Amino acid sequence: MGGNSIAKGSPGPINRGYRPRPDFFRFSCFLASALTVALLALILGEILYKAWPAINKFGLGFLSGVQWSPNRGVFGVLPVLIGTAASSLLALLFALPLGLAIAVFLSENFLPRPVRQFIRFMVELLAAIPSVVYGLWGIFVVVPLVQQYGAVLADKLGFLPLFAGPAYGNSLLTASLVLALMVLPTITAISRNSLVAVPPTLREGAYALGATRWETILGVILPTAAPGIVASTILSFGRAMGETMAVAMLIGNSQRLSCSLLSPSNTLSALLANQFAEAEGIQVSALMYAAVILVIMTLAVNIAGEAVLRRTQRSLVGLK
Amino acid sequence: MNLPFLVAAAIGASALTNLGAATALTGSGATFPAPLYQRWASDFKKVNADVMVNYQSIGSGAGVTQFLQGVTDFGASDTAMKDEEISQSKQNAVMIPATAGSIVLAYNVPGVLAGLKLSRAAYIGILVGGITKWNDPAIAKENPGVNLPSMPITVVSRSDGSGTTAVFTGHCAEVSAEFKEKVGSGKAVTWPVGVAGKGNEGVTALIKQTPGSIGYVEFGFAAHNNLTMAALENKASNFITPSIESAAATLASVKLPDDLRAFILDPKGANDYPVVSFTWLLVRKTYADAAKAAAVKAFVAYGLTTGQATAPLLGYVTLPQEVVTKALAALEPVK
Repeated sequence: MGGNSIAKGSPGPINRGYRPRPDFFRFSCFLASALTVALLALILGEILYKAWPAINKFGLGFLSGVQWSPNRGVFGVLPVLIGTAASSLLALLFALPLGLAIAVFLSENFLPRPVRQFIRFMVELLAAIPSVVYGLWGIFVVVPLVQQYGAVLADKLGFLPLFAGPAYGNSLLTASLVLALMVLPTITAISRNSLVAVPPTLREGAYALGATRWETILGVILPTAAPGIVASTILSFGRAMGETMAVAMLIGNSQRLSCSLLSPSNTLSALLANQFAEAEGIQVSALMYAAVILVIMTLAVNIAGEAVLRRTQRSLVGLK
Repeated sequence: MNLPFLVAAAIGASALTNLGAATALTGSGATFPAPLYQRWASDFKKVNADVMVNYQSIGSGAGVTQFLQGVTDFGASDTAMKDEEISQSKQNAVMIPATAGSIVLAYNVPGVLAGLKLSRAAYIGILVGGITKWNDPAIAKENPGVNLPSMPITVVSRSDGSGTTAVFTGHCAEVSAEFKEKVGSGKAVTWPVGVAGKGNEGVTALIKQTPGSIGYVEFGFAAHNNLTMAALENKASNFITPSIESAAATLASVKLPDDLRAFILDPKGANDYPVVSFTWLLVRKTYADAAKAAAVKAFVAYGLTTGQATAPLLGYVTLPQEVVTKALAALEPVK
């Protein structure tokens, strides 16, 4: 490593002579990046240390336990894990078709460039809205809507476990709808970038072979950009899983197992946000254990997303 | 001029002579009495410009922890400290009852604007999920002439750990074996039905927004937000509307033990509102800094005497004379 050799003060093998040694700039950059990595390790270590009593006591049964009753010392996160996964996946289900459509629309020349830029800016601005504002908006707009139409759904389709009543305004569905809006800019921005990065030669080739614009988009552009779109989806999934404030305000915060979209549910991050202040003893460890799981899940998802994104960029460079 | 006031004045006067430069006191804990403590802090500053009291409502559990760690000068808790917590403080903590409040069941039922009566069987049934519609016979029986809709009941509870939950579930578990078995009591429990919101304000918002909902909130909060409150059946089988007077009646019938820790799970008096709780301030027996000790004493004594008059304005209950006397006596040895 270059950084190491500089840290030791020994002259590097390649010295082009344009910078005097020792190179403080490179050294401080190396230090800063090392500190960042160390910080992540430190955070993980601290959470693990605090979670240890609960990990020791509950083991893997923590993951499959269906009851979370701090007053009885019973801690199981299965309903919360399901709630986390279900709310994020549902959010993607709503956001992916919409986000992808916006990305395709913005990467084609349907509209004059300034108008496209404006729409793109607006969609990306959604990412700048604070989470708590989404939560408030959800409370005043989405909750009454879900309450009203949810009751109709439960009435007509209540025989399906997915829509079993009674319908609550603060439910899995409400949280997922708002989450979908929150991850929309991520999906749109990354997908649009990978669509724009598709080499124009491919498009020209498709046209030259007599393909229509529709066929070109579906048959050439989208498949070429697919890894980028997958990456955008995975990264959005990570964001949806970690989202806290808006979800805590909308999901109903109930740790009960239920198949219904219209029932209240809970997520790991909302559980942590709700219960940490008043927790004591083993409950603190149990919450830390839940935090460990959340960190592992989001890290894994984000690493997967980044990996796919890198591969795409490399393969697209190769095409040019 | 009554005795507690004189004692307080004496404590205050002796304390104030020690006060030199400005002293800053930090306290944290229970959210339930926070509006009152903050009011006391600002009123206290008017009569005593040298002392700045800063109270942060971070929750009883966190408040006790910070107090034990020595981060704060005083703490506050809705549930009295446990014996193990007192021993953790190396016997250096005194609990002073500072005020009391009741917890109400507030509801939002279209067409039922006020005066709903809930028997013990009815409200326990609702909370454990046995009663799911507003026109259930168990509710209708006590409310002849009230047009109860055939609407599903949404129970609203607290999603965060809370002293309010501890007091409320403590009462429910005391009056119902079924509740005790299915839910139990504590600061954070698992509710068999319904949705949950964070803090009194979260529960209030959910009740206001959800037709057919019922939830437990602290009386001052419910009154301030104009929530409709149900009259609850007490041990003497009377239906008692929550009010400052009915809560005061409950306090009057409670005998406070010498360690000042009393849990009123199910009061016996004919006119007692059933869910009432004291809330406590935690102070140290000995402070390293004499000025701080004097300031804490002066502030708590102020709250126990002059401050009691402010309590009803904010929805809290003025402590009975006898309790104030005992509390001031417990404050006396602090130094």
